[in-house]
Amino acid sequence: MTAGTESRQADRRPQRRVLAFIAILVAVIVLWEGYKLLGRATGGVWPFTETEMRPRPGNNSMPHVWDVVTSLFGPVRRGGEPLIVALAVATFYTLREAVVGFLVGGLVGFVIGVMFVRSRTAERAFMPYVVASQTIPIIAIAPMVVIWGRRLDAPGWMAVSIIAAYLTFFPVAINTVRGLRSPEPTATELFHSYAASPWERLWKLQVPSALPYIFTALKISAAASVVGAIVGELPAGFGEGLGRALLQFNQVFAADPSKLYAAVFMAAIGGLIFVGVVSLAERLTLPSGVRGAEL
Amino acid sequence: MRAGRLTAPVLAFVGGVALWEALVRLFDIEAFILPAPSAIWTSFVTNFADIWSYGFRTLIEAVGGLVVGTILGILVAAAVARWTTLRLGAMPFAAAVNAMPIVATAPIFNQLFGLTSPVSKMAVVALMVFFPVMANTTRGLVEADPARLELMRAMAASPYEILRRLRIPTSLPYFFSAMKVAVPLSLIGAIIAEYFGGPQDVLGQYITNRAQLFQFPDAWAAILVSAVLGISMYSIVLAAERLVMPWHVSIRAAE
Amino acid sequence: MDFIVDAQKLSKTFSGRSGTVEALSDIDLQIEPGEFVSLIGPSGCGKSTLLRLIGELLHPSAGRLIVNGKDPHQARLDGDYGIAFQSATLLEWRTVLRNVELPLELADVDAHGRRSRAEELLAMVGLSDFVDHYPWQLSGGMQQRVAIARALGQRPPLLLMDEPFGALDEMTRESMQQELMRIWRDTGTTVVFVTHSIPEAVFLSTRTIVMSSRPGRITHRIDIDLPQPRQFEIRESPRFFELLTEVREALRQGEKLS
Repeated sequence: MTAGTESRQADRRPQRRVLAFIAILVAVIVLWEGYKLLGRATGGVWPFTETEMRPRPGNNSMPHVWDVVTSLFGPVRRGGEPLIVALAVATFYTLREAVVGFLVGGLVGFVIGVMFVRSRTAERAFMPYVVASQTIPIIAIAPMVVIWGRRLDAPGWMAVSIIAAYLTFFPVAINTVRGLRSPEPTATELFHSYAASPWERLWKLQVPSALPYIFTALKISAAASVVGAIVGELPAGFGEGLGRALLQFNQVFAADPSKLYAAVFMAAIGGLIFVGVVSLAERLTLPSGVRGAEL
Repeated sequence: MRAGRLTAPVLAFVGGVALWEALVRLFDIEAFILPAPSAIWTSFVTNFADIWSYGFRTLIEAVGGLVVGTILGILVAAAVARWTTLRLGAMPFAAAVNAMPIVATAPIFNQLFGLTSPVSKMAVVALMVFFPVMANTTRGLVEADPARLELMRAMAASPYEILRRLRIPTSLPYFFSAMKVAVPLSLIGAIIAEYFGGPQDVLGQYITNRAQLFQFPDAWAAILVSAVLGISMYSIVLAAERLVMPWHVSIRAAE
Repeated sequence: MDFIVDAQKLSKTFSGRSGTVEALSDIDLQIEPGEFVSLIGPSGCGKSTLLRLIGELLHPSAGRLIVNGKDPHQARLDGDYGIAFQSATLLEWRTVLRNVELPLELADVDAHGRRSRAEELLAMVGLSDFVDHYPWQLSGGMQQRVAIARALGQRPPLLLMDEPFGALDEMTRESMQQELMRIWRDTGTTVVFVTHSIPEAVFLSTRTIVMSSRPGRITHRIDIDLPQPRQFEIRESPRFFELLTEVREALRQGEKLS
């Protein structure tokens, strides 16, 4: 009944949303620079105390926002290519590893999910472990997988992809099971009344109902597999991905802190792009209005 | 009934471990490819005191960050739920941050708070935990059923009373599902932050160090510790949920 | 004569993206204390809107409205009415007893007072054995009885009901109607009852207000002169059927008008 007044508000929402988003971004930058200003004014201690401010507000630990932006367009090292190009290459490298693992893990997770739904016994026996594994820091084995791969003379990217696959597999498997079970009993009865085969029921009823659940899992997994790829690169000892870039710029932090910030910024952009592509795929696949099943 | 339900998973576990052990012994698989369960167990027992003390230090980082991140998340959620305009910007912001690899900030926090200080790890964990807690709690506070809001209005309830008697109880299930995500995340965050360097007497460093020396049973034993910690923390959340909202747990059981 | 509800030239328009909708137009309605008034009409006739205006859950666009001798806002703050919706709208984290206590808590009744009052109300709706149950453990009809008990908490002079039995099956619905009749007689409260069921309106009310849509307005006012107290058997009396026909004809006429 109050729909009228609400939809009038909705008309103005997209603009307000963008404005509010920008406002929050600006507020974060203002807080950052304000903290630095405060530190400059008091000589690095909290006002009216002798306590040293931590983190230190000086330029050698908290660079100005504009310095980070400037450094993105400066050269990596004297005479080298611009930092932003080097970081984009590294991001692309890491994303590629993540995507390979993401696709494999997603596919395996989906197949396992279908098998679980077909066999109650398999589900009863293994589902508790699939769920329990969610509470375990799976990513802890990342360095081991990498060292494993090296010992077996596998290419470095493969180990990293395996980690990404592993991180994708669990959420997709769990949500596939949930989604395939989600159709109403009456819908299942309807398919029975049509004398539909289990295969037809799977593809025409269960999988379409499961898609929102699967996409929810995929979005989580996309973010996780980027993390997995970065972590996997830490001990891998090859210098092309983001993980390596983070370690490298961490070492020169004392001399030029803005490079590390720039690398973290690009890692964030990389994650956003990946999740953004998955969200776009979701938007194209699902009719509007059925998006956003909860985990 | 209950015993019958446990049979399959227990059989799967025992069978799985036995098969694993048998395969390793039968084909003489080298420990660096796949250590036998017995070897992991031996390492777990031999290094018991060490790995648990490492686990404890990692746990402190995780819990410290979890507490700070959760409190900040709830406070910001309250503000965001109160002001609609703030919410319009904050929710997409939170979604965007959730898509970013927050662990990548670990080296920055190491620089800001000191490589050896647990505070730097806690900061990473707090940042990771903050967004899911904030986003979920906000949704719970905002998404009260319109019919119920109408009822509260009909009963002349003040905004404070609506918050206390309707919005907060409605948000509890959302909050607890956020905690179920946040708790494993806190442990993961702490361990990954440790991979970026710092003191040696923590789980993350132990795992990488032992793996680099090809002492895989030791690394696996440390992972076992992290698994036990993760499951324990998760169980505490489940117990708290049962205690705080018995009605919700019973609804789910009935369904 | 003091009316408990006095509406004059009451209008309500909603404005949205697709222009404005006139939900209610020129409503004149006077309700005396002790009446049982049903509002009936096709969906979109504004009967629920009228109920919400009386409860000050919505604000009129034009016209004058007095509830229990005061401004509707003051009446709401004073707890002059209790309300029940189509869904029971119980809070799942509260037991049956604590759900009934809710309005009393909000009115700052002390713990002892609200407990004894809630127990009394639950006894009246026949749910004494379920005080410590949670809502999900109750059937739909029982949940609706809890909602009615809750609405009666502060002995309000006015009871607003928005299709409270709409989601119940026919058998439960009839026994709930019987029970509501008894409660209405015992408490002496005035009831404004929104429904889309003709037999329900005829069986329950002393007066039935027939409304039509686009714009929502009152087309007929039909006095239901069935004797009190009404029992189930009255549904089988010739007069009951005559009244059914009269309301049905009124509804059809209203539809032709619009």
